Amino acid sequence: MKVTMAHGSGGESTSGLIKNVFAKYFNNDILNRLEDSAVVPGNSRLAMTTDSFVVTPIEFPGGNIGRLSVCGTVNDLLMSGSKPMYITCGFILEEGLDLDDLERQVKALSECAKEAGVTIVTGDTKVIENRGGEPGLIINTSGVGFIPDGSEAIGPSNLKDGDVIILSGNLGDHHAAILSKRMGIENNIQSDAAPLTEAVGNLMAQKIRVHAMRDVTRGGLGTVLNEFAESSDCEIDLYEEKLPVSSEVRDFCGLLGLDPIYMGNEGKFVLSVHADDAKKALSIIRGSKYCENAVVIGEVKKNNRAVDMHRVILNTAIGGKRVVGLMYGEGLPRIC
Amino acid sequence: MADFDIKMIAEELKNYDGEEVRIMEVCGTHTAAISENGIPSMLSEKIKLISGPGCPVCVTVTAVIDKLIELSMRSDTVVLTFGDLIRVKGTFKSLAEAKGEGANVKMVYSPMETVKLAKEDPSHTYVFAAIGFETTTPVYATVLEEAVKNNLNNLKLLTSLKTMPEVIRFVVKNGGGVDGFIAPGHVATITGSNIYKELSKELQIPFVVSGFEGTQLLLTIYSLVKMKGKGGFKNLYKSAVREEGNIKAKEIIQKFFEPSDASWRGMGKIPGSGLILREEYRKFDAGSDMLDEDNMPPGCRCADVLVGKIKPADCPLFGKKCTPDTAHGACMVSTEGSCYNYFISGRR
Amino acid sequence: MCVAIPGRVISIDGRKATVDFSGNTVIADAGLVDTKVGDRVLVHAGCIIQTMNDELADEVESLMKEIEDLSN
Repeated sequence: MKVTMAHGSGGESTSGLIKNVFAKYFNNDILNRLEDSAVVPGNSRLAMTTDSFVVTPIEFPGGNIGRLSVCGTVNDLLMSGSKPMYITCGFILEEGLDLDDLERQVKALSECAKEAGVTIVTGDTKVIENRGGEPGLIINTSGVGFIPDGSEAIGPSNLKDGDVIILSGNLGDHHAAILSKRMGIENNIQSDAAPLTEAVGNLMAQKIRVHAMRDVTRGGLGTVLNEFAESSDCEIDLYEEKLPVSSEVRDFCGLLGLDPIYMGNEGKFVLSVHADDAKKALSIIRGSKYCENAVVIGEVKKNNRAVDMHRVILNTAIGGKRVVGLMYGEGLPRIC
Repeated sequence: MADFDIKMIAEELKNYDGEEVRIMEVCGTHTAAISENGIPSMLSEKIKLISGPGCPVCVTVTAVIDKLIELSMRSDTVVLTFGDLIRVKGTFKSLAEAKGEGANVKMVYSPMETVKLAKEDPSHTYVFAAIGFETTTPVYATVLEEAVKNNLNNLKLLTSLKTMPEVIRFVVKNGGGVDGFIAPGHVATITGSNIYKELSKELQIPFVVSGFEGTQLLLTIYSLVKMKGKGGFKNLYKSAVREEGNIKAKEIIQKFFEPSDASWRGMGKIPGSGLILREEYRKFDAGSDMLDEDNMPPGCRCADVLVGKIKPADCPLFGKKCTPDTAHGACMVSTEGSCYNYFISGRR
Repeated sequence: MCVAIPGRVISIDGRKATVDFSGNTVIADAGLVDTKVGDRVLVHAGCIIQTMNDELADEVESLMKEIEDLSN
């Protein structure tokens, strides 16, 4: 069966779709009431975020758009130090989409929400005309997280002199997995799409002094660290030899002239922690799901820094230094 | 032992206090590798690295971009290109902007895909934007061979092909002075190292063929510092570069192309510095003749950068009006361009 | 200009070779070189442009020998 315009009409077909596909997987007390808006218990301080997912192909090695749409939103909530609680999801379906394809994404989304410990409290479906090409779908998710009372502010402007920079795992897997399919390169690279609930939850539970945290998505590590350096007016020193990249992704980047430092990920985060907590933080992260390759990649210099402020310096493997600038353009493969 | 030696060499390069040495890398991939490895930070102030005219996107004149845009606006034509070229501005706009307005532009990894697409879809003419140096020309020749074999009448090339020797002579004559050349490693895999040996004799300037690893480049720079004023030649990329080069590749280039004059961005027409399709294969040409017009944006000093007269940061637009997001010249667009690399890696 | 990295030929079918780069495989045109399975080759824009001579590995040690004459 295919999605038709009638599935978005609000009539019988819509009810059928909700009942047979969405409700089947998104089953919980709040959602089951099917009210105009979800009414949920709250907290004094909330973190809120929203994100839309348009990736093509919708299924790729190691993940799919359903899983991605939970990871993206949950990870954004986690990065502000909150505990993700509720998410909403809006589906925009293209006419002609196979209902089995849709169901697989709904199932993946629901499973990932369970894994991440969030409840899907409300949703919406619309159908649009085919935009040309393979019929696809777009998902928007919004999320709410609770910020524990008395917790310290976490944010890109909080980096302190001497902080240690930790990265939770290998760079570039997601970007490479998506691009491989598009560029006709065969490999076993899997997307890293994953909710970082366990790692961040453990860090918070152990009261690690995390000064800033960011998931390393579009624009890659280079972009995130430049934001940190800019917001905190500091210098960040990185060590090329410490940057974790699998040999498969490294050669993939070599083939297309890409730099792993600017490649997107969907299950990695970078954090700046108080130097005295760094060792403990690293062992906590390494012991958490999806983070076994976590590693210290650099440090923050706020005092005694060079005149040229807020920048990211890479100490290269052969002993040189270079500035890691912002990413420009779309990260197009370089071939010539 | 080796580790100790490379450390010594690095130290010597950092502490060098002799006469100033100006070393030019003519290959854009070398420019990118030098920046990525942070090599400028490892050298004494007295050793100056200058980026030469070896980034094909950067030396392409605006007339070529304009022509590609014109072709891509035709409903029966699709223009195929490498990623870097797509953002370079012609007289009015770039291929990327044209694409946004509905032009048929597609980015591909290999020119060989042109053959596949032309075979599958006879209702469109597929034009590949065939820019490049000696390394890429045999790839285009291979495309043509397949087109001939498959009798494809809907495959064409818009060529803007350049060769190294004449532009190197041009730089020596018109540039800001070069004491040593890092010879382009991958160009040399095709042409062979001998042509650089001959150039070193003719110009009385040392040439060293180099690989693309950081340590290989350091050793090359060290060699050129030592060879300053003495001339001479070395091949430090022997695993890939033979004296005679790749004979099969040279033959297929000969079969399809012949030497011609070529227009270089900001430098004008340099006799004998390019290749065009031979008469008998002109039917595969998408209109490459007379594409000489070169409308550089006002104030852009790309040309002086390309011949090593000034460093990117000496251009009044650099980092101000001209950044990778607001690029005026092609050197700031291509990830192999000297301006782009200086900007992105904080070189001055 | 010329991004090219070395990979290893894992199979050849006519003038098409499958080349491996640490687990990434690419189908490359092999018409410009004489190559066999197991060779290390340089691939540029979908074509093998040269076979590498592994005996001349361009390791630091061998390069140091090449420039011995300069070290005084």
